[in-house]
Amino acid sequence: MIGFLVRRILQAILVTFFVTVFTLALVHAFPGGPVRALLGPRATPAQVAFFNHEYGFDQPFYVQYGRWVWQLLQGNLGYSIKLNQTITSELKQYLPNTIVLVGLGTIVSLLFGIPLGVYQAVRRYTLGDYVLTGVSFLGYATPVFFIALLLVEWFSVDVHLFPAAPSGNTFGALLGNPRAIVLPIVAYAFLLYALWSRYMRSSVMDNLVQDYVRTARAKGASERRVLWGHIFRNSLISIVTLLGLSLPTLVAGAIFIEVVFNWPGMGLAFYTAAQNVDYATLLGFTLVATVATIVGNLLADVGYAVLDPRVRYS
Amino acid sequence: MAMITPPPDIPPAVLQADAVVDEGGTLTAVEAAELGLAPATRPRGLLRRGWDVFAENKLALASLAVLVFIVLFCFLGPVFYHTDQVHTNLQQYLCRPGAGHLLGCNDLGYDELGRLMVGGQTSLEVGVAAAVVAVIFGTLYGAISGFVGGPVDAFLMRLVDAGLSIPYIMVIIILSVVFHPTTIVMIFIIAVFYWLGVARLVRGETLTLRTREYVQAVKVIGGRRIRAVVRHVVPNAVGTIIVQATFAVADSILILAGLGFLALGVQPPATDWGSMLSGGLTYLQAGGYWWLIYPPGIAIILTCIAFNFIGDALRDAFETRLQRR
Repeated sequence: MIGFLVRRILQAILVTFFVTVFTLALVHAFPGGPVRALLGPRATPAQVAFFNHEYGFDQPFYVQYGRWVWQLLQGNLGYSIKLNQTITSELKQYLPNTIVLVGLGTIVSLLFGIPLGVYQAVRRYTLGDYVLTGVSFLGYATPVFFIALLLVEWFSVDVHLFPAAPSGNTFGALLGNPRAIVLPIVAYAFLLYALWSRYMRSSVMDNLVQDYVRTARAKGASERRVLWGHIFRNSLISIVTLLGLSLPTLVAGAIFIEVVFNWPGMGLAFYTAAQNVDYATLLGFTLVATVATIVGNLLADVGYAVLDPRVRYS
Repeated sequence: MAMITPPPDIPPAVLQADAVVDEGGTLTAVEAAELGLAPATRPRGLLRRGWDVFAENKLALASLAVLVFIVLFCFLGPVFYHTDQVHTNLQQYLCRPGAGHLLGCNDLGYDELGRLMVGGQTSLEVGVAAAVVAVIFGTLYGAISGFVGGPVDAFLMRLVDAGLSIPYIMVIIILSVVFHPTTIVMIFIIAVFYWLGVARLVRGETLTLRTREYVQAVKVIGGRRIRAVVRHVVPNAVGTIIVQATFAVADSILILAGLGFLALGVQPPATDWGSMLSGGLTYLQAGGYWWLIYPPGIAIILTCIAFNFIGDALRDAFETRLQRR
């Protein structure tokens, strides 16, 4: 287990190294480099040279990389000149709100996706299975922003059931008015529902034909015990991995939902930064999301190894 | 040298087959029949057998029909239904669906039905092109990585891991901001991330294929490794690759739609289905402008579902065990 952990963590560090190099290279890929992005096209060569020297952009790439990583390690993610704010303070402001959306949305989707996936596997090839399969196919093929648009159209414009946007900007305000966060969370949950239910269905179906299920039945275990005590527990293992691997999907969903519902989170801030060409925010947020994904993958693998001892030795 | 006795179940003619085998080293059906290997009736080809499996899947056939309809609608439609999709006409600002404009107009006075056709052209073209670029590059990368193996493979795959851990949508948004993409650039921006998944898949396939005897045989004969990859590994992984390409088209259309929705997609007056929905968002709160939302949304869903069903059916069609011989 220790060996596995060490190997896996080293791998994650290597991947993080590649990602940081890529991110810094992306800054240099901007037309005119980071200088033009900040000073605009009308800056004189003297201004550009001064700026380059001041911020160290005239140094070789590896020197810049070293400095940048040193800053990152000290928790300095950069500074957005457009917003006159450090990236860290932006994170403090927006990250909790995004966690509300992603967290609640994921929980709701799991609460529906897992039991319905099990139901589909047990009642496979019946009408109920086909209907739910249709629903998850719709979930796959429908862009999340279209679902969000429809929800607003149906439940906010046509019938004034729920507001189309949350009422406040802060974590407390979001949770203080639960009605206002229903639609975004439903839209987010629908995006993820298809993922879990499809996976759960095939996972349970795979487990149904395993030897241990036959053994359990032969020993006289009731069908309920076989399903929930044996099959369900084993099928859940793969969901844990899937959760860790789905972080890029979670991020993408958060961006679109936050834009449609005007949700004051990282996704909306990222989108605003894209429109204002605020490179510092764009890169800082990308880096944070990427490291979160790498850590998520790592935790998923470790969780998998803890739950399934066979993985550790392979 | 010890004598090798052939197993008794091989027809004697096969053992003297050198005389009959043609230059390419393959047996024609007739020759094979003469050797007692196959029935003399003309055997059905791989494509034919694959099609039979595909055709049994009614959903896939329906999807194919829907797709053909959508392609005809987008590319032939403008020939019969003339609209001006270049000049704005504010007199037709958000006009309701009616005789002149079957699906109404948007806020710039573009006819919505005509726009659906033009936008569909972009969506389909970019979707297919991005999928092709991503699949070709990912296939070569994955096949080489899996075939070479060792430290090279480990290095190449860590690069793929790194790429896959970056939330793709963020980098795609950044690239769109940087490049103000034309349609061609858009194709590459979408492909930049999609090839990673393909590479990983094909590498896995290659790892199993490289241990097969016929691939090992290339080495024994003295063929170069690149030959083994291009002539033997890739063709045998082609089923997996085509299936993946089908899903890739659907995903690319969705990504393009997402960028269009964020107003970061193709530059106006060009449009795509996602960009059209973006206009729908603006007038959503006003209520009642259903023709700005439903047509492009339904077009995206139909196309993506069709590609997904076809991909599923193709997977079955390439699964030789399901084919009746």
